[in-house]
Amino acid sequence: MDRPRTIASNAAGLSKADYGGSPSTLCKGCGHNSIASQIIQVAFELSLRPHEVLKLSGIGCSSKSPAYFLGMSHGFNALHGRMPAVATGALAANRRMRAIGVSGDGDTGSIGLGQFKHLLRRNTRMVYVIENNGVYGLTKGQFSATADEGLDLKYAGHNDLPPIDLCQEAIAAGCGFVARSFAGDAKQVRELLKAAFSHRGTAVIDIISPCVAFNNEDDSPKSYAYGRHHEKPLHELGYIPYADEIVITESEPGELRTVDLHDGSRLKLRKVEEEHDPTDRIAAMTRLMEAERRHEFITGLLYYDPSRPSYAEAARLPETPLTHLPEDALRPPPEALERTLQRYR
Amino acid sequence: MTTPPAIARDVTNDFSLVVATANGTGSQTANLTLLRACFHMGIPVCGKNIFPSNIQGLPTWYHIRVSKDGYVARRTSEVLVAFNQATVDADLRELPSGGVAIVDDGLAHGVERDDVHLYTIPVKALMAASEHKGKLRDYLANMTYVGVLAHLLDIPLDAVEAGLDSQFGGKRRLVDTNLAVVRGAHAWAVEQLTKTDPFRVAPMDATRDLLIMSGNEAGALGSVFGGVSVAAWYPITPSTSFIDALRDYLPELRQDDDGTPTYTVIQAEDELAAIGMVIGAGFAGARAVTATSGPGISLMAEFAGLGLFAEVPGVIWDVQRVGPSTGLPTRTSQGDLAFAYGLGHGDGKHVVLLPSSIEECFEFGWRSFDLAEQLQTPVFVLTDLDLGMNNWMGRSFTYPDTPMQRGKVLSADEVRERGFARYRDLDGDGVPYRTLPGNDAPGAAYFARGTGHNAQAVYSERSDDWLENTERLAHKFDTARRLVPPALEERVDGASVGIVAFGTTRYAIEEARDALAADGLRCSSMRLRALPVGEEVRAFIEAHERVVVVEMNRDAQLAGILRAELPDLAPRIESVAYLDGMPFTAGFVRARIEPYLTPRSLEVA
Repeated sequence: MDRPRTIASNAAGLSKADYGGSPSTLCKGCGHNSIASQIIQVAFELSLRPHEVLKLSGIGCSSKSPAYFLGMSHGFNALHGRMPAVATGALAANRRMRAIGVSGDGDTGSIGLGQFKHLLRRNTRMVYVIENNGVYGLTKGQFSATADEGLDLKYAGHNDLPPIDLCQEAIAAGCGFVARSFAGDAKQVRELLKAAFSHRGTAVIDIISPCVAFNNEDDSPKSYAYGRHHEKPLHELGYIPYADEIVITESEPGELRTVDLHDGSRLKLRKVEEEHDPTDRIAAMTRLMEAERRHEFITGLLYYDPSRPSYAEAARLPETPLTHLPEDALRPPPEALERTLQRYR
Repeated sequence: MTTPPAIARDVTNDFSLVVATANGTGSQTANLTLLRACFHMGIPVCGKNIFPSNIQGLPTWYHIRVSKDGYVARRTSEVLVAFNQATVDADLRELPSGGVAIVDDGLAHGVERDDVHLYTIPVKALMAASEHKGKLRDYLANMTYVGVLAHLLDIPLDAVEAGLDSQFGGKRRLVDTNLAVVRGAHAWAVEQLTKTDPFRVAPMDATRDLLIMSGNEAGALGSVFGGVSVAAWYPITPSTSFIDALRDYLPELRQDDDGTPTYTVIQAEDELAAIGMVIGAGFAGARAVTATSGPGISLMAEFAGLGLFAEVPGVIWDVQRVGPSTGLPTRTSQGDLAFAYGLGHGDGKHVVLLPSSIEECFEFGWRSFDLAEQLQTPVFVLTDLDLGMNNWMGRSFTYPDTPMQRGKVLSADEVRERGFARYRDLDGDGVPYRTLPGNDAPGAAYFARGTGHNAQAVYSERSDDWLENTERLAHKFDTARRLVPPALEERVDGASVGIVAFGTTRYAIEEARDALAADGLRCSSMRLRALPVGEEVRAFIEAHERVVVVEMNRDAQLAGILRAELPDLAPRIESVAYLDGMPFTAGFVRARIEPYLTPRSLEVA
């Protein structure tokens, strides 16, 4: 007997609720909750099959959040700053999994900076979301490595150190998909997440995600109020899935740019104020450095280059995941042992 | 001029040879050629490289022990090849009386030894005829001592050629180039040298069907036959050659029909990342390995704890060198035992396998994956520099006698039929069931974590969940006791003393026991092959008034573990714990064991 379909389902036959997770234990209003909601929405819209998705995280507030989405997907809450290594191993073992990792600014920018950069060098195919709020939440508000210079916070005091710009780090490390967004800009977060799932290698989205407990004063560059007033999107984004017929409406030249994503889908970038060519690595770096100098909060797809092969491609991993190989493919036969030992007799 | 001592009785197939050269001069090829030549003659041999942490220039010594009885422990060398200006004086001084010194005549030395047989080789003159120049010529110059030794020791040139052939993998041009120098030096020696010393070799039939190989090669080959799919590593002496060997074997042994590799080897940014990759791959369902040494093990502590607590299989080889800290990177030790056993903060111990031979390196190479997956936990394999990097003889390896044991992994159908709770002990052995990512049954997914969790793998801070979980893990460790390779023993009827040891100290112990037995002093012995220990260890200790735990570390780590785990037997446990970076000699072991076998000498002491 068919169940009456009272709620909308997607091409995978699932409702949006099927992509949910446990109730969040993060603070009410935390930017991370908003991002988790967008991940749920995007997974639903992309009709991802939950068993084909792997969720990963490190340690910290951000890293708890994979428990709050995609409850029907396998996940691994790894060690502080070490999610990249676990992701690299898991995805080398099973290249078919679509992976999303959620990290924070402490997890990625301090303890895990080395692993982050090496993940990008290897270009393991995964979406890497940084929920960036400039502070350590669970340990009560210390500055993180992305905290803005000169910032004064009630608990942490005055920050004398310059911030690490994780998008600059990502571009320098050779990442081919580098974006910045704002948890308060749900639509942009969604479009970037969709495009990121279509990328060939590691796709980094650094999302400013306010910490309502420790870093949400209106004058803090990582607060909701600041983001709402100062976010400067470089473009409006529209993700076009592979299956959809692409109809590009007439527009003035230079106003609309379309980038082809690795899986055949596309991303439309409609100019807002200025020209930004996300395929120009030097321009992307320059624009980020200018933004840093002028204290601008630019968001959007900063850099895109799908030319580098993913780890699985570069390592020539077989189409069948290594985890699916039968014993006769894993253990060479007795005559192979005999042949090898001949060298040592 | 020195007068050579009169010829003593022949000493055949029972001496030790040391070649002193400078690191990076290419002498390793010459040394291994000699080793393999003796092996081809059917004579038991063992080679040990005592080398510096240096690329070029510092002194290095290569010891070859030729032993008709098959003894391989290090001992004082009676035959010296002195090719290093920096150490020639000291090398000559250390030579025992009646020994042999073969010295490059280009070296200046100030040691007069009337009590040794001295032969000088005109290396420069012998190489003058060579068409080769520069570095290659310097490398080839080492073949002069091979040629001279071939004459002095009676090694037939065809055995040398067979040795070169193994060394160069049959590459004829290289064999011929080297052989030409050997022949030249040999011809010179036949004409110019009068043999005055007693040392010689003679063909035997004691190496038929044996292999000569390093422990790192054997372990890597075992891993290949264990179905390794992911290897992640960071270079560190003395484990690097494990991965080198893996990368040598895999392309030939592990390709699919299209020539696509069915494995991947990832050079990580550090050991911490290397074990993270192993844990990630193990979680996903692949057989993954890393190889490292003490400093790497230090970095792996947090992940080892995660692997134990989230219950993820993985295999970690620790080729031990001397610590603490950077320590002696090119010297051997058994100093990581206690650390590896308890690696990680909080409660919990790891399964540690303890191979002592190339056969066991091969066997534990594949078996470690079975154990890791059966027990869903990281498994450590502790070898040492001596076993890992030196060439050892061993019996031909036995192909795995059981199919791969993949442990309790539920398929999608099985999850649909019987449901799934990741950390529930359904079988009473403490080992739960797991699912792999990609399993599409509803309820198959779980969130692996290092945080407190209940049987469903859901985050929990409840005391009862914590207790249930950690008590199950303790119970699982008891299951491991029954699954790991048992200790092996040789009981001597009526012996009141037993030796307990593990790993490569066995060779010095076996030789020492034989020597003691020849003097009527008998003791039992037991060799552990894994931690945790099984009931057989308790039984062995109970059967002896005293057991002496012999190990290559200062702090008596195994003795400490045994005393802690078998507290009622602690008063019987004595310790011989010593570490100076060099492998034990039989003489050392004998001297330290003998007092326990002759009670009177203890009283006197």
